[in-house]
Amino acid sequence: MPRIVVDVMPKPEILDPQGKAIVGALPRLGFTAFSSVRQGKRFELTVDGEVTEEILAQARNAAETLLSNPVIEDVVNVEVVGA
Amino acid sequence: MTELPLIGGAPAAAEMFDGGALAGARIGVVTFPGTLDDRDAMRAVRLAGGTAVPLWHADTELGDVDAVIIPGGFSYGDYLRAGAIARFAPLMGKIIDAANSDAKLPVLGICNGFQILTESHLLPGSMIKNDHLKFLCRDQVLRVENNTTDWTLDYAAGQEITIPLKNQDGQYIADEKTLDALEAEGRVVFRYMGFNPNGSRRDIAGISNAAGNVVGLMPHPEHATETGFGPESLDGVGGSDVDGLGFFTSVLTKIVGGNK
Repeated sequence: MPRIVVDVMPKPEILDPQGKAIVGALPRLGFTAFSSVRQGKRFELTVDGEVTEEILAQARNAAETLLSNPVIEDVVNVEVVGA
Repeated sequence: MTELPLIGGAPAAAEMFDGGALAGARIGVVTFPGTLDDRDAMRAVRLAGGTAVPLWHADTELGDVDAVIIPGGFSYGDYLRAGAIARFAPLMGKIIDAANSDAKLPVLGICNGFQILTESHLLPGSMIKNDHLKFLCRDQVLRVENNTTDWTLDYAAGQEITIPLKNQDGQYIADEKTLDALEAEGRVVFRYMGFNPNGSRRDIAGISNAAGNVVGLMPHPEHATETGFGPESLDGVGGSDVDGLGFFTSVLTKIVGGNK
């Protein structure tokens, strides 16, 4: 079954408190190569049947209206996988 | 519905006002799955002398109410984003329309209710996780920066009040242009005093829309409306136990015709 993957990230100018906590924890485990972490969200929307342009447009619309808040987040990717 | 206070005799605020007239004012309090503070908000309305009307998120009609309170809690478990799913509840559409209508329905969003109001675009900006990442519960001093909104009429301009604060996603953010506009238009209604508990931009604790009928804030006035149960008796921070009562008397004053 095809899925539409939507990736949402906090806007670059907004401090990501969760990412900040993670980057603080990494060196304690010996992972010292990473200077910054930003945490986002991945949504997988399953489609029963073929992913048409109309359905993809619906997914993009949903990504902008419900899945993300444009004040604090950007939709960085909408793509079809497993088609 | 009448309700006896747990201690302290008759509700003080109800005695100060014309209880008969105020009781005619109907304040709706919305319950979503995961709402916590709806009962406290309804009690606060009654202590202020008004009539509390329970509203259910799935209702498709707002019914006969003169104002609406969206209380705190964790609607839909804060899934997706705090307030994001509640914003699309059937009743929210009606509340958004009524708040934007010529009638300018007074709407107060407390904590999660504030988050729902920003997700609804009734108020600008958004809330993200506290900058220190921890859930924080404390008695918080606020300054009333605007006493002309429907929910702050009974406070003095610049008055400092102490009410409880309890949240995890309480860091108010907006872009600089929006923040400048809020300041210029007097729409910063409350500011944190002494200590910024969550990293909110410009110490903003609460804001209003342009008309002043929609107000949202992170701290909880409904938890400071009854002698013996407010901040003073808890740890003696200052203020009184009933610093939050003014929110509820303000909107009742507004509804019954106002004395300001």
